[in-house]
Amino acid sequence: MATRVVMEALSPTMEEGRIVTWLKAEGAAVQVGDVLAEVETDKAVMELQARGDGVLRKVLAPAGATVEVGKLVAVIAAASEDISGLVAAAGAAAPPRTTHPPAAEAAALPRPTAPPPAAPPHATPIPAAEAAWAAGAQSARVATATAGPAASAARVKASPLAKRLARERGIDLRIVTGSGPGGRVIRRDVDAAPVAAAATAAPAAHAAAFEDVPLTQIRKTIARRLVESLGPVPHFFLTTEADMERAWEAREALNALGEEPKISFNDLIVKVVAVALARHRECNAWWQGESIRYFTDVHIGMAVAVDQGLITPVIRNADRKTLREIAAESRNLVERARARRLKPEEYTGGTFSVSNLGMFGIDEFTALINPPEAGIIACGAISQQPVIRDGAVAVRRRMRLTMSCDHRVIDGATGARLLQTVRQLLENPLAMVW
Amino acid sequence: MPVLTYRDALNHALREEMERDPDVFLMGEEVGVYQGAYKVSRGLLQQFGDRRVIDTPIAELGFAGIGVGAAMVGLRPVIEFMTWNFALLAIDEVVNSAAKMLYMSGGQIPIPIVFRGPGGAALQLGAQHSQAFESWLANVPGLKVVAPATPYDAKGLLKSAIRDDNPVIFLEGEMLYNNKGEIPEGEYTVPLGLADVKRAGTDVTIVCHSKTVATAEKAARQLAGEHGLEAEVVDLRTIRPLDTETLLASVRKTNRCVIVEEGWPFCGVGAQVVDEIQRHAFDDLDAPVERVTGADVPMPYNKLLERAAKPSVDAVIGAARRAAYVD
Repeated sequence: MATRVVMEALSPTMEEGRIVTWLKAEGAAVQVGDVLAEVETDKAVMELQARGDGVLRKVLAPAGATVEVGKLVAVIAAASEDISGLVAAAGAAAPPRTTHPPAAEAAALPRPTAPPPAAPPHATPIPAAEAAWAAGAQSARVATATAGPAASAARVKASPLAKRLARERGIDLRIVTGSGPGGRVIRRDVDAAPVAAAATAAPAAHAAAFEDVPLTQIRKTIARRLVESLGPVPHFFLTTEADMERAWEAREALNALGEEPKISFNDLIVKVVAVALARHRECNAWWQGESIRYFTDVHIGMAVAVDQGLITPVIRNADRKTLREIAAESRNLVERARARRLKPEEYTGGTFSVSNLGMFGIDEFTALINPPEAGIIACGAISQQPVIRDGAVAVRRRMRLTMSCDHRVIDGATGARLLQTVRQLLENPLAMVW
Repeated sequence: MPVLTYRDALNHALREEMERDPDVFLMGEEVGVYQGAYKVSRGLLQQFGDRRVIDTPIAELGFAGIGVGAAMVGLRPVIEFMTWNFALLAIDEVVNSAAKMLYMSGGQIPIPIVFRGPGGAALQLGAQHSQAFESWLANVPGLKVVAPATPYDAKGLLKSAIRDDNPVIFLEGEMLYNNKGEIPEGEYTVPLGLADVKRAGTDVTIVCHSKTVATAEKAARQLAGEHGLEAEVVDLRTIRPLDTETLLASVRKTNRCVIVEEGWPFCGVGAQVVDEIQRHAFDDLDAPVERVTGADVPMPYNKLLERAAKPSVDAVIGAARRAAYVD
């Protein structure tokens, strides 16, 4: 029987995809799992795999074509099978739009909640970096965290079969985009979702261990009142300044060993925040509307600026990884994020985030929370400052950190305790060792 | 293999069962001298005589009641209604006497009777003569309800119905009588309560019975040829007892279901099938179960309106495409 090759939802928010290149030509024999084509989604370039054996009989969407999710792009069938009906049916539908790459990228950008800038899509990205934090930050990151129809904590609409398959395969339905009526997740969406997940991560790696704690009355009241007064995510901000002299020395000393990869301050911050979160579980949490999910594992989302946007690849179990491991993983994720080659499970499932604009010389800034996470820590540049030390003015390397907290989950003192630990660890990195 | 019409397949079943068991007899309007309003009983009067092939007055309640009485004393009557529309006059005997006698006699008095005749619409017979009653009849505990689609099934099921010790409602079709099909030489029966997969498929299950089997099969061919969907056609054959095992096996395979029936939608056969599927195959469903039924109106006489009121191939294709999320 003929197998319809359709544009699959290869990322949580994907509505259409552009065929970058066909890796199999018409007439080629293909087997289940063979990579047929590379498809550019709104976030990455992904592989479109064969879901049936046979011959790639007909390619309906040429390279460069932009096709809606669910539409037929090719037909796999036996060499002798009559596929004229299938092809004719596809031809009767609207033909795929062939677009030039820049336009396709613009079309595939995550839909911002804020109005898009008036500038054309190929506006210079460098000055836009800060704007990305101001406006794009929220929208792009919301898109990664609460993809598709599952926005907010609303229940995911899925067919019973899709739910069963997702359960069996360990797929989080919240990150699957539904192609059925009203965004219903149906079998083909689940079939499309796990390609990447199944290929790499075991379910346990994807879903952090957690404990759901029902809301107490006071928690509910705080939540209700803060939402009423401050909007969907009631932020508050805590700022502190850390002395970075010993962190600086530690980094210099480690990198002097000559091993690759070199450790960056960003790696150190990821590690420090992760270790601090492991000691302050009350901040390592998701706001879920009717409950708060406190995670035992620490998965740090790391904001990475990419062309025309922002993405937060996740370093899993960062508290248990060495700085060297974090450095290696972080390089790899950032490179692939910029090449738009991240898999969906690599940029979802974070329990807390960090953001660093130090390399842009920003002294301090506030970052917006990536729901349903309850907090994010923003780091500014490390710079030499005059400080009073032992009654005298001294020149010290200093860094300012600002933590944004979701007040429904984190109260002032709770957040302050986390930030205090972060500062202490930065000021005395040896404390992480024991 | 010999090819017979549905009409002759029924005729053979009656003849063979009357030859096999002298307690079997046929009674109804025009079954004897006229050889049957639809010639199902052709030749039977000549072969078996007027004690076993009995013409009655136009009095459905009366001869249905005589049939029940005869069954009570051990005979095996086959009561022919010229159509099921006229059986409404006899419904008291069917529902109150035949269906309940075994239960109310504490198991002492079985009623091995067959009530048979054409049901559903033909062509432009008007509202009072174009009705499918299977859901009414299947609603009654104590009745079995059979509605074959092919000559093979018609013969095999009628023989099983005559041998069954319970009252069996046997629904034929004026539009089916001339359909031809292969019938094996010699003795065979088709058991009651067993559905039949008329066409295997993977993408959507189409449940049907009687005349809608042809509709479903035609839709399935078009779905395969023009829409890239392989439909599995499941012919219920028996409405009650319902073969849920076959139904569920198919839905578990395809994850989608369309039910086609000639009758009205409200409390129809399809409603019962949906109930079974949603309860026992909930986690296998990828889409809501679709139904294609006769329109919820008295059958129009006007030819075009009548056509529009019947379940069509296009409607089945549309439902299958919806169930498979093609649209």
